Amino acid sequence: MTAAPLKITYREAVKQAIREALARDPRVFLMGEDIGRYGGCYAVTKGLLQEFGEERIRDTPLSESAFVGAGIGAAMAGLRPIVEVMTVNFSLLALDQIVNNAATIPHMSGGQFAVPLVIRMATGAGRQLAAQHSHSLEGWYAHIPGLKILAPATLEDARGMLWSALQDPNPVLIFEHVNLYNMEGELPSDAGAVPIEGAALRRQGRDLSIVTYGASLHKALAAAKQLAGQGIEAEVIDLRCLRPLDDATITASIARTRRALIVDEGWRSGGISAEIGMRIAEQSFYDLDAPPMRLCGAEVPIPYPKHLEDAAIPQIETIISAATSLVRPS
Amino acid sequence: MTAKPHLDGAHARRLLGQMIRIRLFEEKCAELYTRGKIRGFLHLYIGEEANAVGVMEALTADDSVVSTYREHGHALARGIAMGPLMAEMYGKANGTSGGRGGSMHVFDRATRFYGGNAIVGGGLPLSVGLGLAERMRSGRGAAVCLFGEGAVAEGEFHESLNLAALWKLPVLFVCENNLYAMGSAIERTESETDIHRKAEAYRIASQRVDGMDVVAVEAATRAALEHLRAGEGPQFLECRTYRFRAHSMFDAQLYRDKSEVERWKERDPIKRFADWSVAARLLHKTDIADLEKAAAVEVDQAVAFAEAGDWESVADLGKFVLMDKVPA
Ligand SMILES: Cc1ncc(C[n+]2csc(CCOP(=O)(O)OP(=O)(O)O)c2C)c(N)n1
Repeated sequence: MTAAPLKITYREAVKQAIREALARDPRVFLMGEDIGRYGGCYAVTKGLLQEFGEERIRDTPLSESAFVGAGIGAAMAGLRPIVEVMTVNFSLLALDQIVNNAATIPHMSGGQFAVPLVIRMATGAGRQLAAQHSHSLEGWYAHIPGLKILAPATLEDARGMLWSALQDPNPVLIFEHVNLYNMEGELPSDAGAVPIEGAALRRQGRDLSIVTYGASLHKALAAAKQLAGQGIEAEVIDLRCLRPLDDATITASIARTRRALIVDEGWRSGGISAEIGMRIAEQSFYDLDAPPMRLCGAEVPIPYPKHLEDAAIPQIETIISAATSLVRPS
Repeated sequence: MTAKPHLDGAHARRLLGQMIRIRLFEEKCAELYTRGKIRGFLHLYIGEEANAVGVMEALTADDSVVSTYREHGHALARGIAMGPLMAEMYGKANGTSGGRGGSMHVFDRATRFYGGNAIVGGGLPLSVGLGLAERMRSGRGAAVCLFGEGAVAEGEFHESLNLAALWKLPVLFVCENNLYAMGSAIERTESETDIHRKAEAYRIASQRVDGMDVVAVEAATRAALEHLRAGEGPQFLECRTYRFRAHSMFDAQLYRDKSEVERWKERDPIKRFADWSVAARLLHKTDIADLEKAAAVEVDQAVAFAEAGDWESVADLGKFVLMDKVPA
C-alpha cells in the first residue's frame, strides 16, 4: 500500500532527504556557507539548524577549499559529511580538493582509504545571475575518474538520491539545477531512496531519442508533447547520472528510434554531449538513420539580460526545431 | 605536568636510532635512484630528520598524520615498516600503497598516515577534517599536519588555519621551514617571513623551534599537544630547518651557495645529537656504531624486500578507482 501523495517542491524534497539522513545516521552532518542561520542561499536547508543544532549544521567561512577538504578528511575518518557549495562556479575554488584529493586517494592509497563524501551544489542558468553564477560545469566533473556525478531532475530523485549517495563509498557530487528548486509536484509521503545508477526513460516514442538531464529534461518533455502534435514521437531519456553514464539505456533506445538528439546546457566543445555523441557513434553507428545531433549551450559566458540568457541555452522551441530537422530533414 | 621530555639512555637511543634509520634509508634511495630502481620525483629529507623524529616521538596511536611528498622521514618515524616503504619507492605491489603512489604518496591505514600529498598545501584542509571528525566523536586524537614553508603562500593554508581556529579543532600544524621552496628563498616569496606570526594572526598558539634539535622539537610537540588535548584548539609549530640535498633529483641548486649548505651541515641534527648524547653520558660511542649497523642491516633487508616484491598485475589497473565498500 503506497501512502497518499503529497504536494511538494523540489527544494522541499531535497530538504526532506537531508533531514531524513541526519535523523537516520548520526555520522551525517552538513557543512557549507550560510546553510544554518541564513537557511541556505537557495533556502534548501532552512530550519535544519533549529532542528539539529550547530554541531551538525555547520556554517562555514567563505573557504571552499578548506571546507570541502575538511569534508574529505572527515569522510576518510569515518563520518558522512554532506557539503553544500553554493553554486558550481564557486566549486572551482575547491577543485584541488575534489580532483586532486577526493578523486585520487582511494586509488593512490591502494584502496586503504575511501572518501564517502557527498557534495551538493546548484548549477545552471535561468535566474539572470549572469556569467559567474550560471554555468553548467557538471560535465567537467564527469570527466574525472573516482567521482560519481548525479543530476536529479525529478522530485523523486531529489528526494531519493541523497540517501543512496551517502551509502556509496565514493565521493558523489549532486548537481541541483537552480530552475528546479521551485518546481512543484506530487510525491508519495513515504518516498525514499532511489538507485543512483542508470538513466530513466521518461517518455516513450518511436521517432527519435532525446538524451538529456537536469532542467533540460522538462524542456525536452514539453517539446516532446508538442512534437507529438506534429506526428513526431520522441523518446526522452533522463541521464540522472553523468558518471558513470548508462550506455545501455541510450543504445537500446536508439535501436528503437534510430535517431539521437542530445540536449545539454553545457558548452558544446569538449562537453558531456560530445562524450555521449561519441559513445553513440561507437556503439550505435549501424542503428542510426541520421547523424547524431546535439543542442548545447551557446559558447558564451551566460549573459544577464533575460532574452540573451534564454538564447544562450536550449529551449523548448529550439529542441522542437532540432528534433524536427533530425526526423524530417528538408 | 611537564612537557620537557625526560631523557634517559633508552630515549636517546630511540631518537638517534630513528634519525639514523631515516638518513641511511634516504641515502640508499638516492643511490637506487641513480641505478634506476626508483623513478619519478624523489624528495630527500636529509638534514631535516630531527623534525620528523621529534614530532612523531610525542604522538600516540590515536593521532593521525597528514604529510607531503617529502615524507619518508615522517613515515619511518611514525612506525611504518621500512620494507613496505622501500617497496613503495620501487612501485611494487608489496609497497605501503600497493606501489600506486611511489615516493610522494605513502599511505598507511594502520598508523593513521593519511598520505604524502604532492599538492603544496593540499593536505591542510584534510587535516582540518580529521580534526573535525575527532572532535565530533569526542576522540582523544590530534590531527598532525606537516608541510613546508612554501605552503604558507597557498590559500589553503590560510583557509585551513582560520577554520581550525574558528572551530577549535585538535589540529597540530607543523611547518618545516627549510627556507627554500624549490629554488625560491622565503624572503623572495613572503611579505612576512616570520611564519609563526601568521599563525598568531589566526589566534593559534604558535612556537618557533630549532628544527635541527630533536629534543627541542619533541619538547615543543609535547607542549603543543598538552594544550591541544586540553581542548584549547589548534596549535602551530614552526621548525627552522634546512635540507642538505637538492629539492628533488632534478635540481642543480643554482639558487643557493655551497657555503650556505656547508654552514648548515655543521648543525647536522644527527651528529649534533649523537655528540651531545655521548657528552651527557646517555650513550656510548659503541651504541652509536651499533645503531648505524642495525640501520644498515634494516636498509639492506628493506631493499631485498622491495626487490622480491611483485609488480601489480596490469589487470588491476582500474581497481579502487571506485571503491566497493569503505574499508573497515
Ligand atoms: C600547488 C603546487 N604548486 C607547485 C608545486 C611544485 N612544487 C613542488 S614542491 C615545491 C616547493 C614547496 O616548498 P615547501 O612547501 O617549502 O616544501 P619543501 O619542498 O621545501 O619541503 C613546489 C613549488 C606543487 N607540487 N604543488
